[in-house]
Amino acid sequence: MTMAIERPELDRQLERRYDAGFVTDIESDTLPPGLDEDVVRFISRKKDEPEWLTEWRLKAYRHWLTMTPPEWAKLNIAPIDFQAVSYYAAPKAKYATLADVPQELLDTYEKLGVPLHERSRLAGVAVDAVFDSVSVGTTYRKELAEKGIIFCSFSEAVKEHPELVQKYLGSVVPAGDNYFAALNSAVFSDGSFVFIPKGVRSPMELSTYFRINARDTGQFERTLIICEDDAYVSYLEGCTAPMRDENQLHAAVVELVCLERAEIKYSTVQNWYPGDENGVGGIYNFVTKRGECRGFRSKISWTQVETGSAITWKYPSCVLLGDESTGEFHSVALTHHRQQADTGTKMIHIGRGTKSKIIAKGISAGRGQNTYRGLVKVEAGAEGARNYTQCDSLLIGKRCGAHTFPYIEVKNPSAVLEHEATTSKISDDQLFYCRSRGIGQEDAVSLIVDGFCKQVFKELPMEFAVEAKKLLEVSLEGAVG
Amino acid sequence: MLEIKNLHATVHGKEILKGFTLSLEAGKVHAIMGPNGAGKSTLGYVLSGREGYEVTSGEILFNGQDIAGLAPEERAALGIFLAFQYPVEIPGVNNTYFLRTALNAQRKARGEDELDSMAFLKLVRQKLSILDLKDELLHRAVNSGFSGGEKKRNEIFQLALLEPKLAILDETDSGLDIDALKAVAEGVNAMRSPDRAFLVITHYQRLLDYITPDIVHVMVQGRIIASGGPELALQLEREGYASIAAAAH
Repeated sequence: MTMAIERPELDRQLERRYDAGFVTDIESDTLPPGLDEDVVRFISRKKDEPEWLTEWRLKAYRHWLTMTPPEWAKLNIAPIDFQAVSYYAAPKAKYATLADVPQELLDTYEKLGVPLHERSRLAGVAVDAVFDSVSVGTTYRKELAEKGIIFCSFSEAVKEHPELVQKYLGSVVPAGDNYFAALNSAVFSDGSFVFIPKGVRSPMELSTYFRINARDTGQFERTLIICEDDAYVSYLEGCTAPMRDENQLHAAVVELVCLERAEIKYSTVQNWYPGDENGVGGIYNFVTKRGECRGFRSKISWTQVETGSAITWKYPSCVLLGDESTGEFHSVALTHHRQQADTGTKMIHIGRGTKSKIIAKGISAGRGQNTYRGLVKVEAGAEGARNYTQCDSLLIGKRCGAHTFPYIEVKNPSAVLEHEATTSKISDDQLFYCRSRGIGQEDAVSLIVDGFCKQVFKELPMEFAVEAKKLLEVSLEGAVG
Repeated sequence: MLEIKNLHATVHGKEILKGFTLSLEAGKVHAIMGPNGAGKSTLGYVLSGREGYEVTSGEILFNGQDIAGLAPEERAALGIFLAFQYPVEIPGVNNTYFLRTALNAQRKARGEDELDSMAFLKLVRQKLSILDLKDELLHRAVNSGFSGGEKKRNEIFQLALLEPKLAILDETDSGLDIDALKAVAEGVNAMRSPDRAFLVITHYQRLLDYITPDIVHVMVQGRIIASGGPELALQLEREGYASIAAAAH
């Protein structure tokens, strides 16, 4: 007998802790709300950008004006007033080095578990910290530079490596790609830049920690990662925001360029403020992430654990151009209370013998709505392409929903595609079995959910896997009475 | 150790146990036999505290403590173990990890130190030798893809590891071939001790060829209608429940 867990105590316990919900008191330069060409120019000027980049932004902005927000996602969103958002916020002072970063900011990251200063840096992980619209500091830069690796904020990359930025910016996600990518291209303020030269394997994990702090601001960061032939990098991204009653906008773009036999592993633990149990507040997360495998046997692997945000609209994708290149997508998306997620991936097979794998796990609790949306496309030239897709949904309670929209387009008859999908509920039987062995109810739920996510968690670097597990536990607190 | 006095219990509002009385001492093995629908599995669930199984009157005393109001995990910590008729699969959760979580949860509830992985592994090795259980099962997900026999052996392995004071075996023999049945019975016999009691719920006498009970109870319509020595099981096998039930009236 399989039954959904539904008990009267459920409502009583819908209290949820969001540990990252504090606000840092720091003076910041914030643009008044509103968006026009002057705002775009202001951001570009603020960053001393070259002429070509200002023009690139303006072109994106003008294109954005002709577009409308996408409505095909299974998301229920009130219309967003883009003129009510402030498009730039930055701590007032500028910091030449990490030593100049004020204590309040260092404390913020310390509290979030991401220490930036020398003595307590995360061992073996280089961190770029982005606070509202700007990067406040990057650790381990010198050590990386010795290997020829560039890891810095996007603004610095524009100044110090303009040729690389100009060559690759928008080459994977064009400025007019979609509504939110166009908006980001016009107003992006900062982000991270990674360049791994030919034959170099990054000796440590590279990581960016995004933090929204200011009120009524949007965050529009841009990440660009380039891995030359035979290079390797594992990159991690974490996100948090204060608890506020208003919805805040986050529209990021991530571009990955992966050349011959190179490999990029990109991991995300997304914990933006999800809003309260009644759906008040929370981040609107509209993200465009795409990677291109441009060479023979290049490999891109996306892993994401999405527990935060009121709205998640995100489809990290792989364009498999190079012969025998590989794309992977591993995802855990959790929606609790009134959270809504429409997430998945696109695998575009163009080269011969290309392979892709999709493992998507959706967990819905409370009144959460969770949608997997994925496209596997095999172009005519992709002889012998292979895809394996597995979509599993776990329901906790009777008021949540799980939806799956797999799209398949195949233009080459030699392609082999497999698709498996399951929907299950945490059953009374499973819970009682655990409890009869001495494991309490909440721990039993965590155990079962953790088992459900195992395939994805094992793709994460160790420290992130531990964090992801804890995050799921906190996010599901009170989901079962 | 276990005193059940005139117990009445309902499942989703329907009365299943109707005046069940039983006294089980430490070191003893009692068998409960009965036809389908007698309430045997319900008894197991009521004793281990499953939600939806309500005690409406009577008492369950475990070492003198009334446990009717306790949660399943609290009863487990007191030393009550139920070997399931249909062990439940928990995909993705490593069997060893599950057992360690369970054991440490119980130890913590009893105010004992939790075992670290080394100490736990040592205990696992020691208990593995009791059962003919493949190492490999420990590394797989809890009961996931296990055969019927493997699931039952895994239950007995858990029993060995958790070392309960009272073990309730719910139709542990169902679905087992003769070799698996012997292996399971050997495991149970190895666990018999002066301070541990067993309540063996079974449909057939077959299991009792291998696990010799001190007392056999016949359960019909929610209560015990006859009790006796092992010979009662043989009589049942020969004559069926109907004749015993008729004789009891």
